[in-house]
Amino acid sequence: MEFKASLALIAPEVVLSVSGLVLLLIAAWAGDKASRLVSILSVAAIVAAGALTAPILCAGAMGPDTIAFGGQMQVDAFSAFAKLLIYAAGIACLMVAPPFFERIGAMKAEYPILILFAVLGMGIMVSAGDLLTLYIGLELNSLAAYVLAAFVRSDQRSAEAGLKYFVLGALASGILLYGMSLTYGFAGTTSFDGIRAALSGDLSSGAMFGLIFVLAGLAFKISAVPFHMWTPDVYEGAPTPVTAFFASAPKVAALGLTMRVALEAFGGQTGAWQQVVIFLALASIVVGALGAIGQDNIKRLLAYSSINNVGFILIGLAAATPRGASAMLIYLAIYVAMTIGGFVAVLMLKDKDGEPVEQIAQIAGLSSHRKVLAACLAMVMFSLAGIPPLFGFWGKFMVFQAAVEAGMVPLAAIGIAASVIGAFYYLKVVKVMYFDEPAEVAVGKSDWAHQAVLLVSAIFISPLGYLLTGWLGDLADKAAAALFLVA
Amino acid sequence: MDGFPILSVMLAVPLLGAVACLFVDAKTARMVALLATLVDLALGILLWLNYDIGGAQWQFTEKAAIFAGFQWALGIDGIALMLIVLSVFLMPICILASWDSITKRVGEYMAAFLLMEVLMIGVFAAQDLFLFYIFFEAGLIPMYLIIGIWGGDNRIYASYKFFLYTLLGSVLMLIAMLWMVNEAGTTDIPTLMAYDFPPHAQTWLFLAFFASFAVKMPMWPVHTWLPDAHVQAPTAGSVILAGVLLKMGGYGFIRFSLPMFPEASAQFVWLIWGLSMAAVVLTSLIALVQHDMKKLIAYSSVAHMAIVTIGLFAFNVQGLEGAMMVMLGHGLVSGALFLCVGVIYDRLHTREIDRYGGLAINMKYYALFFMLFTMASVGLPGTSNFVGEFLSLAGIYQANSWVAFVATTGIILGAAYMLYLYRRVAFGDQKNADAAAMPDLNLREWLMLAPLALAVLWMGVYPESFLAPMRADIAALDARLARAKPEGDAHLKMGEPREAAANAIGHGEGHGAGEGEGAGHGEGHGAAPADAAEGEAH
Repeated sequence: MEFKASLALIAPEVVLSVSGLVLLLIAAWAGDKASRLVSILSVAAIVAAGALTAPILCAGAMGPDTIAFGGQMQVDAFSAFAKLLIYAAGIACLMVAPPFFERIGAMKAEYPILILFAVLGMGIMVSAGDLLTLYIGLELNSLAAYVLAAFVRSDQRSAEAGLKYFVLGALASGILLYGMSLTYGFAGTTSFDGIRAALSGDLSSGAMFGLIFVLAGLAFKISAVPFHMWTPDVYEGAPTPVTAFFASAPKVAALGLTMRVALEAFGGQTGAWQQVVIFLALASIVVGALGAIGQDNIKRLLAYSSINNVGFILIGLAAATPRGASAMLIYLAIYVAMTIGGFVAVLMLKDKDGEPVEQIAQIAGLSSHRKVLAACLAMVMFSLAGIPPLFGFWGKFMVFQAAVEAGMVPLAAIGIAASVIGAFYYLKVVKVMYFDEPAEVAVGKSDWAHQAVLLVSAIFISPLGYLLTGWLGDLADKAAAALFLVA
Repeated sequence: MDGFPILSVMLAVPLLGAVACLFVDAKTARMVALLATLVDLALGILLWLNYDIGGAQWQFTEKAAIFAGFQWALGIDGIALMLIVLSVFLMPICILASWDSITKRVGEYMAAFLLMEVLMIGVFAAQDLFLFYIFFEAGLIPMYLIIGIWGGDNRIYASYKFFLYTLLGSVLMLIAMLWMVNEAGTTDIPTLMAYDFPPHAQTWLFLAFFASFAVKMPMWPVHTWLPDAHVQAPTAGSVILAGVLLKMGGYGFIRFSLPMFPEASAQFVWLIWGLSMAAVVLTSLIALVQHDMKKLIAYSSVAHMAIVTIGLFAFNVQGLEGAMMVMLGHGLVSGALFLCVGVIYDRLHTREIDRYGGLAINMKYYALFFMLFTMASVGLPGTSNFVGEFLSLAGIYQANSWVAFVATTGIILGAAYMLYLYRRVAFGDQKNADAAAMPDLNLREWLMLAPLALAVLWMGVYPESFLAPMRADIAALDARLARAKPEGDAHLKMGEPREAAANAIGHGEGHGAGEGEGAGHGEGHGAAPADAAEGEAH
């Protein structure tokens, strides 16, 4: 009976894994001809999983009814919020990929399936209730991601990105595992609730080491400074649709996971990890902003921008309050829209032969011949910089509000002052597109799927997004409440 | 007017116009922009006519809880009303000023200007702290584009400087706002204006707001973005920048810093006075040596804004009213002066003063208007700036006579650089043939300058129209500031009126001694009540 209830709870994961396996068979028999069909079916599978997840979020599910398999999985409102974001990002990346890969003849039926498995892994990550589930989800996602990074086999940069991602990812997983084993050694259990109960009071130095190693491993996954070095290289080298995926969904999953670990498993030890998170946040904001200044490749620039944004999101975690967690979720939702919008806009930058344009200098004067595209990209840039009235401001606003309410005024002040450094390079992109003489390089036509995705994200990050603040805030509050149930 | 959301409509009209401008060709875009600004002007006049002087403090209020964490709350008092009227008055003139001079990307240009109008009205009408912040900050984007796309040769540097400088100033204000809302539990500006924050917190809050408003104002030494931005912006951009955007700083002080942090305002009064005195003298001297007309007027703006801060921080009714009048007057006059520069720039494409000369000969109407606005900038009685400057200086004299002394030198220096500018441009020989061949004002330029000239004279001759709506609000602010008011150094004491006129013919001898006695008597009387009061207190 318990088993049946558990299976019902993980229905989205069941849907995703079964359809992934079936699609794999279809791909094996029908070959690459069926890649469009497989893409469409994958989108359908994710939509179905989303339909199964949405009610959980709307109901604000939490507590014992959401625990599956004796604490291995927690299918609560928090996991539902994160999963819906991951699904949305996954669908967007499936939609924009075929036009890109078909042009270079690299569209394979495996692509949608790999995305599907990565999405599945991420769903497991954010619903993990146990260190082991966490690791299974993480590795399922990572293995799919390594292959995706190297997906264009004919391109050296792509292969290099895949290899780099794999080596550094394996290192991070090692660090994470080491931390987990230390934690297990000192807590005597791998379940989050158990760890929380075992590690009450003063933290022994061994358990402290475990905590730090776990955080370091997770920091690699969210590419927080000082574990960010792989990000620009991988983002630049990976095919652009894959980069869009890397910058959005896995960030949500890894940050969701970090929140679970920090607030649930180590929720009783806030003091022990708060300083670490504050350091990660400020270092990411500053390094992300400074590193981006010298970049001339727009994908690298967006990579640094994602490091910068992770720093802001971590400010919400540093607050260690339900408001902070809710702010992080809101920021993540807006961040996903901005990132997808940004990378899709980059995907649409093509020269007259359809070759992708990635150098910032080559998009000079874009606003004179691709008005809408330039306007959307400019909106993404201003939004990433957090300039009102664009919706990106709201994310920053919420995390800073949480920090101020938690009494961390200096942290908020330093963070927001550093955001001005970031504004400089976002402005640079706008300047190149609007102020410089047209280079007339990026003149290629865009695919309708790209236009559709870009339009949806642009509308979301436009001032119209503020109309959603009430609804988004409610959902995020429900999700955040689920995290703080024990406390 | 009951129930008609006039403020929201005033925001919606230019917004719709802006969207429409993006989709039409150049000619239609100009018409759409002009139409939208004229409709807004009409609404602004309607707003002024329907404003109930002496009525409720906040009128035309609207509230809609459509956002989380803050509200769509609009409403105006007399101060905001005047600034909104100034904004909507200047906008159609700006559109006219760009009619011929902007030829590339007209639709986007007009859209950016209309967006600016939305945001300016929004700043003055917002009654929610965060709504204010969003409007306040959002102005950076269209202004950045206006300077960067349609500006002069060095426009990119200027646009960056403008954007980053003002952004850095503003972000700390956001943290202070978050803290205030957390402390007071409301985002409603009128409530916050009456909320007493603990004095030690006020210090920090004041500094955070000061960072933002001082940059926006701009106060010396953070004014350096202004000359660059002014010089590089297209004419209409300079008009809006000088006419309205700078007023946001002053509005910020009068709406936030003073009523919300009275103790801290008193604590930092010397900082403000010091910076303002430095600004008045230094920037006036800098203006004296400029070769570029726009730069000269830009520096004069900094000096005039320093008179505003001096008036604001005089902590009395005269000073506050004076500061408001300088803001309104300067909005008209500096806008008009930039238009005057724009008129001849359109003909000769240079702002170099030496390239002109003797314009009074071939452009007599132009010279007339330019003369009027020059005199207004100097503060000649009968023009708008006289009223404000006089009141500000009268106000500061009560607070500190030394500050008043230094600030007044600014008026003299102001006369020097403005008259020197006018002499070099309009009088003297026609040393450049091309300048001598320039035609006089055309109809469009008449339409731009004549309304401004009328407004300048109106404000100078009958300032009551402008002071009346603000009087109650300024009195309320003065009452709020009374508890923190620094003691003035000029202890004015009313003496006893002498019994006889000074030149009365005395009866008999020794009237001189009698007079001396009378004076001594007066002094004695003056001191006596004070002593009595002290005695009672003991």
